Amino acid sequence: MKGLKIIVLAKQVPDTRNVGKDAMKADGTVNRAVLPAIFNPEDLNALEMALRVKDQIPGTTVTILTMGPGRAAEIIREGLYRGADDGILLTDRAFAGSDTLATSYALSQTIKEMGKFDLIVAGRQAIDGDTAQVGPQVAEKLGLNQVTYVEEIIQIEKSKITCRRRLDNGVETVKAPLPLLLTVNSSAPDCRSRNAKLLMKYKHARTVTERQEATEDYLYLYDSRPFLNIQEMTVNQIQSTPEQLGLAGSPTKVKRIENVILQAKDAKRLTAADEGINDLMKELIESHVIG
Amino acid sequence: MDNLFVYCEVEDGVVADVSLELLTKGRSLANELKCQLEAVIIGSALKEVEKQVIPYGADVVHMIDDPRLAPYTTAPHAAVLIKLFQEEKPQIALMGATPIGRDLGPRVSSALHSGLTADCTSLEIGDHEDKKAGKTYKNLLYQIRPAFGGNIIAWIINPDCRPQMATVREGVMRKQIINANYPSKVNHLEVSKYVSDTDFAVQIIERHLEKRKINIKGATIVVSGGYGVGSKENFKLLYELADLLGAEVGASRAAVDAGYADHERQIGQTGITVRPKLYIACGISGQVQHRAGMEESAQIISINTDPDAPINSLADYVITGDISEIIPKMIKYYKQNTK
Repeated sequence: MKGLKIIVLAKQVPDTRNVGKDAMKADGTVNRAVLPAIFNPEDLNALEMALRVKDQIPGTTVTILTMGPGRAAEIIREGLYRGADDGILLTDRAFAGSDTLATSYALSQTIKEMGKFDLIVAGRQAIDGDTAQVGPQVAEKLGLNQVTYVEEIIQIEKSKITCRRRLDNGVETVKAPLPLLLTVNSSAPDCRSRNAKLLMKYKHARTVTERQEATEDYLYLYDSRPFLNIQEMTVNQIQSTPEQLGLAGSPTKVKRIENVILQAKDAKRLTAADEGINDLMKELIESHVIG
Repeated sequence: MDNLFVYCEVEDGVVADVSLELLTKGRSLANELKCQLEAVIIGSALKEVEKQVIPYGADVVHMIDDPRLAPYTTAPHAAVLIKLFQEEKPQIALMGATPIGRDLGPRVSSALHSGLTADCTSLEIGDHEDKKAGKTYKNLLYQIRPAFGGNIIAWIINPDCRPQMATVREGVMRKQIINANYPSKVNHLEVSKYVSDTDFAVQIIERHLEKRKINIKGATIVVSGGYGVGSKENFKLLYELADLLGAEVGASRAAVDAGYADHERQIGQTGITVRPKLYIACGISGQVQHRAGMEESAQIISINTDPDAPINSLADYVITGDISEIIPKMIKYYKQNTK
């Protein structure tokens, strides 16, 4: 079988799993600066799934596509270190304020510029929103079939993929024709770690904007080593109508955001002292809450 | 036109609890909006399945019955909803935040260019004034959910696009029969008008579905552990206490992510919602997403080394200290006092 052209959709997200007390500013807004930006965990599972196809079918290429601010180029580098062939950063102020629908529109219009592909793989959901919407919406906009909640690709042959889905209450084996979009669960194998050789090869990979900002002495490298150029695309390089982009292209609006303020109940306070715990258990038994 | 639709999931002829819960919520929203509640049932061998949803107050039940429509696959179910919504123009469409609803919802919202909010913890009707555009919107659906790591609660609206779509997890709303003989109209749709052969390109080869082994939702007491429990080993203390009390063991997302407990035990916005008589939170800090899944518990005990843990504000009893010291004492004094 000839190699597949695979696109991995990935997102750089704030690490909301480790939100400390300083994550909120005094005025009640989120302090993004203190939250580390990471490769969305399930997108790493998606990358691994794509890399396993590449291991298995010679000639397969894996391209990472991400939309975000300039610093999102970090996750493309991270992907290159682990075995991706190249990456595209879609970045433009025109995309600011995008909800899932405007995001999937921008991504799908970009994919249309990327030429023929066989497979799109994305994480099931991103940890900053948990919506699980962008994958299926990209599939719809490209007229592709989708298989969500995928845990493993079992077989690829005759331009059909057989894969296993992991659902809340069991598993399902599904066969679907290419081209296809898959979304991948965290129950899929973890992503391989960085490869030392690839780390050396790609550590100076930069987008055009990063190169302009760079003060380092590596600028001469980019002409002699084209693989160090991370492709950056803006709204000008895709076909789009402004009404479908960013805030204007987002049907959902945030009406109100409320910081969570807790009104403390009048709680009984105890320590680990025996007497208090003995009284508590007696009280719960007498009121028939337990026992 | 302008009615409220609920997509109902069916497995082996049984309508899912989450769908019945949404019909109940849909009924009360429809009363407020003075519109009809309409259910959509797509599947195979659906004879008399409508009888399961009518008592929840569905004014109309749309049914489309074909052997190829079960088990669920994306394209044919999406095709039915997209065309039906184009014809009927609902103002609101609700579905469960299940693997099916989360597969189907975004597909439909993309095709109709309508906004979709995932995993809502509350739905309300209200107005919205857009001062910039000088427009006032009446009776929008407020789709309320925790966001951004649970540090904020967001009210999401879809002012201009219809239907306003939302998914809700099982257990978040409560199901309630309003009338066993509710007057309802059944509308059988013709499959060939909605689905084409090309919609069946994805085939299901094999399925292994299991009945849920753990019934946390139905437990009267839940002993729940967070990241503060510290290890899978320490979680055993929670099981020991739970066994003694006839309780189920739950976990926060942080504890599940850390590998201390299985995903099926996760309580919170992206897990299970529980309303037990007693909720014992062990080493749980209490982010909004977790609280969304347990704050309606009748009584709450929080055991935490941090006297200012956010969860303590919900608690009836706050025990400050280490669980490895406190839980064995709870076990000891429970045994002593029930002899």
